[in-house]
Amino acid sequence: VFKRFVEIGRVAFISFGPHAGKLVAIVDVIDQNRALVDGPCSGVRRQAMPFKCMQLTDFVLKFPHSARQKCVRLAWEKENINEKWAATRWAKKIEAREKKAKMTDFDRYKVMKAKKMRNRIIKHEMKKLQRMASKKGKKPEKSEKPEKAEKAPKSAKVQKAQKAQK
Amino acid sequence: ASEKKPGEKAPGEKKPGKKKTGEKKPAEQKASQREVGEKKKRIKKYHASRNPVLARGIGRYSRSAMYARKALYKRKYTAPETKIEKKKKETPRATITKPVGGDKNGGSRVVKIRKMPRYYPTEDVPRKLLSHGKKPFSQHKRRLRASITPGTVLILLTGRHRGKRVVFLKQLATGLLLVTGPLAINRVPLRRAHQKFVIATSTKVDISGVKIPKHLTDAYFKKKRLRKPKHQEGEIFDTEKEKYEITEQRKSDQKAVDSQILARIKKVPQLRGYLRSTFCLSNGVYPHKLVF
Repeated sequence: VFKRFVEIGRVAFISFGPHAGKLVAIVDVIDQNRALVDGPCSGVRRQAMPFKCMQLTDFVLKFPHSARQKCVRLAWEKENINEKWAATRWAKKIEAREKKAKMTDFDRYKVMKAKKMRNRIIKHEMKKLQRMASKKGKKPEKSEKPEKAEKAPKSAKVQKAQKAQK
Repeated sequence: ASEKKPGEKAPGEKKPGKKKTGEKKPAEQKASQREVGEKKKRIKKYHASRNPVLARGIGRYSRSAMYARKALYKRKYTAPETKIEKKKKETPRATITKPVGGDKNGGSRVVKIRKMPRYYPTEDVPRKLLSHGKKPFSQHKRRLRASITPGTVLILLTGRHRGKRVVFLKQLATGLLLVTGPLAINRVPLRRAHQKFVIATSTKVDISGVKIPKHLTDAYFKKKRLRKPKHQEGEIFDTEKEKYEITEQRKSDQKAVDSQILARIKKVPQLRGYLRSTFCLSNGVYPHKLVF
């Protein structure tokens, strides 16, 4: 049922508080509510932090409990946590949310245009397939094709959104 | 100190003369002659006191006797004419002759320039309290939000062009913003907009080289109203400008400004379509959360 556990070396994401949005490694457990925590590569000093503001990630580092910051840093850099984190969907969602909030009026317009274009392409393909299906009668081919057609315009839309940010 | 001893010191004298006048004369003459040779400034020779002293502070002759003895009836000096007095003398023209038309009228009349008041109120107007810093509108300080710079795209919020996105050109003397569509893009002409009723977006068009004609001022844009009824009512209400006509000058000014701006708009991708679109809110869109 539970897959991520609080353990020494577990990398956690801080969800609120003064260090909101940063990654941290659990170095030791103080009591039921707090842990000694350190984020040498993410700008968090070694400190006690309540579990409530931490959200566990999938990453675990290998160092002994109460290891000093240097060891934590070595382990962090060896595992390349920063890059791995940026590659996760979680981090990407956060980034997308931030970008969306920062969108200016012009960007919103560009996104709207891109979405419109994409939806038009999709609808166009769908209609085509529907017409083919109705002409030829019921055939199993049509269920496979719309998925392929959707993925191609989707990437175009993501590119447009990224362009809009710049 | 000099006024305490009126008997001793005559006006203009330097030495308080206690001795008799006769003895003083030759000595003074010599001194004065020498001094004349030295300084040509002091040519005047001052007489000793004509009022011998009886006791300290008491002279032999009275005021009126001294007046006669000093022959002040002959000596009347006036103070030099000050600039204020000079100005007072130069009185402005009081009347002016104006030509009068019609036969047998003599051709001209002498008319007073400043006439007497035609009405005196029965009660005086009470004196107004002093106020401070109350300036007329023409002298007010005009401010401009930092987010509005030449070339910014603004969203108009009021007026017949509400919701339209428009390019800001400059701030006019009354503080209103000079704004253009451009006309070819969204049918907004060169127009004035109020700063308060406008959202400034962060999108900017580079308007650095654009020359805006100097005659585009507030007076150019002000609404014209005919006000000469000549005491005839009825038909006159129709002739007042109900239908606004676009003058040729407006068209030419619009062209002159827009041609420069359109070139710059075309360089930015999708900007033209952006200016053509209108701003609107929909479900889930909250203006306080939007970044413009």
